[in-house]
Amino acid sequence: MRAADALVKALEMEGVEVVFGIPGGAIIEVYDAIYDSGIEHITTRHEQGATHAADGYARASGRVGVAFATSGPGATNTVTGITTAYMDSSPIVVFTGQVPTSMIGNDAFQEADITGITMPVTKHNYLITDPKDMLKTVKEAFHIASTGRPGPVLIDLPKDVTVADIEFEYPKKVSLPGYKPKMEGHPKQIKRAAELIMEAERPMILAGGGVIISNASKELVELAETIPAFVATTLMGKGSIPENHPLCLGFIGMHGSKYANYAVSESDLIIAVGCRFSDRTTGNLAKFAPDAKIVHIDIDPAEIGKNVRVDVPIVGDAKKVLAKLKKYVQYKQRKMWEDKVSEWRRKYPLKYNPDGFKPQYVIERACEIMPDAIVTTEVGQNQMWAAQFFKVKYPRQFITSGGLGTMGFGFPAAIGAQVAFPEKTVIDIAGDGSFFMNIQELATCVKYEIPVKVLVLNNGYLGMVRQWQELFYRERYSATCIGCEKTGFEAIARGFGAIGMTIESPSDVDDALREAKEIDAPVVIDFRVDYQANVFPMVPPGAALNEIIDEE
Amino acid sequence: MRHTIAVLVENKPGVLARVASLFRRRGFNIESLTVGTTEREDLSRMTIVVEGDEKVVEQVTKQLNKLIETIKVSEISEGSVERELCLIRVHAPPEKRGEIVELTNIFRARIVDVSRDSFIIEVTGDEDKVNAFIDLMRQYGIKELARTGKVAMVRGNKK
Ligand SMILES: Cc1ncc(C[n+]2csc(CCOP(=O)(O)OP(=O)(O)O)c2C)c(N)n1
Ligand SMILES: [Mg+2]
Repeated sequence: MRAADALVKALEMEGVEVVFGIPGGAIIEVYDAIYDSGIEHITTRHEQGATHAADGYARASGRVGVAFATSGPGATNTVTGITTAYMDSSPIVVFTGQVPTSMIGNDAFQEADITGITMPVTKHNYLITDPKDMLKTVKEAFHIASTGRPGPVLIDLPKDVTVADIEFEYPKKVSLPGYKPKMEGHPKQIKRAAELIMEAERPMILAGGGVIISNASKELVELAETIPAFVATTLMGKGSIPENHPLCLGFIGMHGSKYANYAVSESDLIIAVGCRFSDRTTGNLAKFAPDAKIVHIDIDPAEIGKNVRVDVPIVGDAKKVLAKLKKYVQYKQRKMWEDKVSEWRRKYPLKYNPDGFKPQYVIERACEIMPDAIVTTEVGQNQMWAAQFFKVKYPRQFITSGGLGTMGFGFPAAIGAQVAFPEKTVIDIAGDGSFFMNIQELATCVKYEIPVKVLVLNNGYLGMVRQWQELFYRERYSATCIGCEKTGFEAIARGFGAIGMTIESPSDVDDALREAKEIDAPVVIDFRVDYQANVFPMVPPGAALNEIIDEE
Repeated sequence: MRHTIAVLVENKPGVLARVASLFRRRGFNIESLTVGTTEREDLSRMTIVVEGDEKVVEQVTKQLNKLIETIKVSEISEGSVERELCLIRVHAPPEKRGEIVELTNIFRARIVDVSRDSFIIEVTGDEDKVNAFIDLMRQYGIKELARTGKVAMVRGNKK
């Protein structure tokens, strides 16, 4: 069998239903093979779009996302998407075409050393030089991408390898002697953690993206209710507990709520699950939760002790460890602490000045009108407002580029999420600047009838950078005015064959959102919001979480 | 502090690049790195000397362990068997040859090449010994020097 056909058959055996990509000379055999397979191929308009779409598909569904690109520029265009997936531990497998093995190293036409380029941003990658390795490699790639701490895997396919004739024998098992993720958690450490929980007077759970990845939300909520402990999340952990749950304090960090940041700062025990204590989450590390002992549960041993000192390390899968931990803890009332947190919560709600046309208002209304929608975000103020004001109800509902902060991620990720869940409403909460970074994918939405709704919070600025310039650079607005008030997103949408709307007043927001929700086609709504709006509260760079400031 | 780390990896193309890439990306400093075959033909062993505190070594070890092709990472504690080989081309005029030969013998080193005005001397041993010998040779004029970097092994159980 032609190796390209074997590859496609292997993808089918891995349960792949859809691939995002763009063909080219070096990968043309694989495209020839997929032509009459049962796998749907969605041609994006840029390979970055393809990788983000595969990533969005993976994050929304929990299944492995797959992207194809040709050699050279096709391959290099995938790098931002791969890195985005890497930073947020998202399982994708990317196949790139490569020049024939005989020409590798000769600077042949469209040759790029993509395995070299992506080495630091993939969980693992392969250059297949012997066609006999094809099937074994595919098997390994899917296994590595989706197990342990998930991540992107890239397979580079020289053209001659894809035309070779091979036996189709798909391996049942992988043999990777150096790869054995620890799942169970050490029983002694779990007991030790339980002891600390029982001793604690001000316990907090800090839930990261790992809880969502390991499908451990149920176990998380059960543990929180048993102790009981308030749950703060990281940005990536948003959705790990329903945000209307009485124990949920929302997300902490640079733009988290005051009460969540205060609660974490004053707690005496932090049970951190599947998070990596990034600087955006912890604020000034030296002043992070000074009184707290820390239990850190993570599947990646390298995350434990990397940024914060840890009292009880537990290497294992969040779902398994949380379930076990729950068995060792009993309910204990901690009235003073509960009252204190409730008081903070009452005193310092997330708020904004409602005068004029505020971006936060659009998000609040979207949350009200489409409470079950899958929400992706771009990066910048739009992302932080979405995190603050769109209260999500279930895991995988909120999809954002947390680690890399990739502008242009949200829209193609929404495409991927919509492909995974055709029946759901999927919205991209976008900034004007970010939307431009992958706006070409509107053509993809139209062509494949993918009814993503893009809510552009059009403030005419690279708003988050503008905010920093206002606060920390004496209002010297260097290069941040992008003047999108002159850009007609409505007309652009129409030009692509999508539906466009322009909304200039808060009183029109509800109607627009309701209408968009009912339309079974891609929609772009250009919300002409006030450009002066800033994201608050804010932990200034270098400050501790409890030094969080409000808008004057 | 310097630490010696032994890494058992699958003997596959690209593994060395992965290890080097990891050190560069994480900002770890390699003092020396040796790679070679082992008792098993499908495995290679790297001996890496890194500079850093305990925290750095812990991260290095954990990150190395994360590489798919890494089978085992172990820190080689002090008191283990550590060896390095060094070739030195030293200036050896007739009137100095006696002295140099004598020093070479004291260090159980070997003269492996003799030419009109120089020797090539091979010295093996732990780092201190090699350093001491190099220091002694400086007075005669070292023309060329090549060190292999260290290989190391934990001692067997004495009981
Ligand atoms: C690809 C990329 N380039 C640059 C940045 C730096 N950056 C962070 S936020 C931001 C502004 C985003 O503007 P916009 O999408 O309009 O969002 P707003 O903050 O205005 O809501 C920029 C340029 C980034 N995060 N990603
Ligand atoms: Mg903007």
